[in-house]
Amino acid sequence: MEFKDYYKVMGVARDATEAQIKQAYRKLARKYHPDVSKEKDAEARFKEVGEAYEVLKSPEKRAAYDQLGQHRPGEDFRPPPNWDSGFEFSGSGQGNSAYSDFFDSLFGAQARSGRGRGEFHTGRGEDHHAKVLLDLDASLNGGPRTFTLQMPEIDDQGRLVSKERTLNVQVPKGILAGQQIRLAGQGAHAPGSGTPGDLYIEVEFQPHPLYRADGRDLSLELPVGPWEAALGATVKTPTPSGVVELKVPAGSRAGSKLRLRGRGIPASPPGDLYVVLQIALPAANDEKAKAAYAAFAAAFPFNPRAGLGV
Amino acid sequence: MPPTDDQALTGTIFDQSAILTIKDLSRMCNVEERHIVEFVEEGVLNVVEVRSEWHFTGDALRRARLAVRLERDLELNLAGVALALDLIEELQQLRRELEAKR
Repeated sequence: MEFKDYYKVMGVARDATEAQIKQAYRKLARKYHPDVSKEKDAEARFKEVGEAYEVLKSPEKRAAYDQLGQHRPGEDFRPPPNWDSGFEFSGSGQGNSAYSDFFDSLFGAQARSGRGRGEFHTGRGEDHHAKVLLDLDASLNGGPRTFTLQMPEIDDQGRLVSKERTLNVQVPKGILAGQQIRLAGQGAHAPGSGTPGDLYIEVEFQPHPLYRADGRDLSLELPVGPWEAALGATVKTPTPSGVVELKVPAGSRAGSKLRLRGRGIPASPPGDLYVVLQIALPAANDEKAKAAYAAFAAAFPFNPRAGLGV
Repeated sequence: MPPTDDQALTGTIFDQSAILTIKDLSRMCNVEERHIVEFVEEGVLNVVEVRSEWHFTGDALRRARLAVRLERDLELNLAGVALALDLIEELQQLRRELEAKR
């Protein structure tokens, strides 16, 4: 088991006051909170900070931890027998994140608070919540997907451990980012013969090669030739429900948006597909093409930079 | 082996159409009902009143759980939670728009 230097994790001195510890925690918690942070490893860092704070904010736990003496972080460590005699731990605080073996061996899983406090005795297992990154096609077409989730579980020794769980889920067609899939009875088992809790999976989408999702609407960048934009044309465009013929009106510009009603995510009601036009220019890499560009230039008294005053 | 239809668990979308009572929400977030009332009063959660009973949507569950996490982990007060939630949503919207421009 690795020794954890909680003072180092919090970036405070060993003689830091309670106020300094609280201040350091708040600053680090804001920085690494998984709901807010863009830092890499935010979740792991946040857990580490939460664990350190759980110990250092409690005078009893801190005193017990201090008398273990100083060890190098990561050093192989076994607490001496009866090391904690004379200390009474009352839990209050973080909960629900799996603390390190180091923490559990010192304070035991029962010191882990959050569990126990305000717990409801409904005879029903706890609900579990997870987030998954889903490919957009799963929502567009529906279908089975395999998710690997980290689930907190209480093991035989009563310790909270993180267990990997693979689930095969029929993704409902039309699910949107931020929505949850509810899997009845897939949460925690209830003590005794109660009903198990439910599992809620919150969905986010991976970037899609063609479409970008915004709520129930999708957008697609569609390249058109300059003559198609200027003169109007009927062009093929992909949509989630298949290729369609799209009428590009004469006088369209780069950035013009065409709406295909009901061709977005097949939710209820279905979203729309916004086709955003982009002008693609053919390369002038032979004599014929160069002549065509020259004739094009000669045909217009056109200053593309007129709007810039030059 | 790729997953096949017959062995897959079937989920339901839990969204605006799902209806939760204050009791459900309180149990699912593991906080007292009084605290849910405070969230509503602070504008953290939207509520629909049906025959003098409060109804919440599946989306409220996501918001409420996030609010509880922020409150606990960052030791924020209610006004701070409400502000943080609004800013997080605005940030997510801006990140999506930025992603789209790339």
